[in-house]
Amino acid sequence: MFDLTGKNALVTGASGGIGAEIARTLHAAGAAVGLSGTRVDPLEALAADLGDRAHVLPCNLSDMTAVEALPKTAVEAMGSVDILVNNAGITRDNLFMRMSDEEWQSVLDVNLTATFKLCKGVMRGMMKARWGRIVNISSVVGATGNPGQANYAASKAGMVGMSKSLAYEVASRGITVNAVAPGFIETAMTDKLTDDQKAGIMGQIPAGRMGTASEIASGVLYLASPEAAYVTGTTLHVNGGMAML
Amino acid sequence: MSDIADRVKKIVVEHLGVEEDKVAESASFIDDLGADSLDTVELVMAFEEEFGIEIPDDAAETIQTFGDAVKFITEAS
Repeated sequence: MFDLTGKNALVTGASGGIGAEIARTLHAAGAAVGLSGTRVDPLEALAADLGDRAHVLPCNLSDMTAVEALPKTAVEAMGSVDILVNNAGITRDNLFMRMSDEEWQSVLDVNLTATFKLCKGVMRGMMKARWGRIVNISSVVGATGNPGQANYAASKAGMVGMSKSLAYEVASRGITVNAVAPGFIETAMTDKLTDDQKAGIMGQIPAGRMGTASEIASGVLYLASPEAAYVTGTTLHVNGGMAML
Repeated sequence: MSDIADRVKKIVVEHLGVEEDKVAESASFIDDLGADSLDTVELVMAFEEEFGIEIPDDAAETIQTFGDAVKFITEAS
């Protein structure tokens, strides 16, 4: 089950904890992977670890010219992009009343606008192939909101609305567009939380623990697989029961 | 019929699965040939590849009929 042999997957944010695990999981299922991210060293290390079928494709997603070039670079490296995982994301937390235009815009640019441009950039190839999988990594806070994260929550809710709209348009072409919404996952992003914050969060999670990157990657693998052909426009919540949506 | 018109017609026939004699100059892709809006996007993509040209989005919207397509491509190439 879940054999991705012969498929080529582009994963953004592959230098981060969740992105790297998604890349590993798709690669282990047989896919070739394009590893995109801003930090080249961790991408090179991951590619070396994976061995064959791994391509390092550095890209700064706040640079829109670079974003537009990434799908072409990925096709040159792998031959096609059959699976796109928009995983890269940034946070610039601040209270709403103190949030600057720059904090708002930079998060929307990387999390939402870059996702739009990458989806658009790979769509021609997927339409011609009559097969494609897009998995956008949203967040539980896109559905629930979170104090201090108006920009991040807006970007993550925006990804869901965009995914559903695109899913409508391309469903007849064998292309599915879905989102995975992680809850609190053990990563560098959540390591920054204080112990008090972590304790508060644990109280809200019925499972009583944070999730792992591999639990997100497993959901992505399913949605990227041929078996999920009839699943489109949905959001898979992976959050230990923290928000039952 | 010009070479361009022949090549455009071949793409339309293949993509939309219609009879060749249905593809008249005034035939609308959507109203007469059964295309949906996404088919028209795919037709424009196919024209771009066949003729090695770029058809910008605002120009693509004006290409409604087989005749429109032939005219645009003739002028562009």
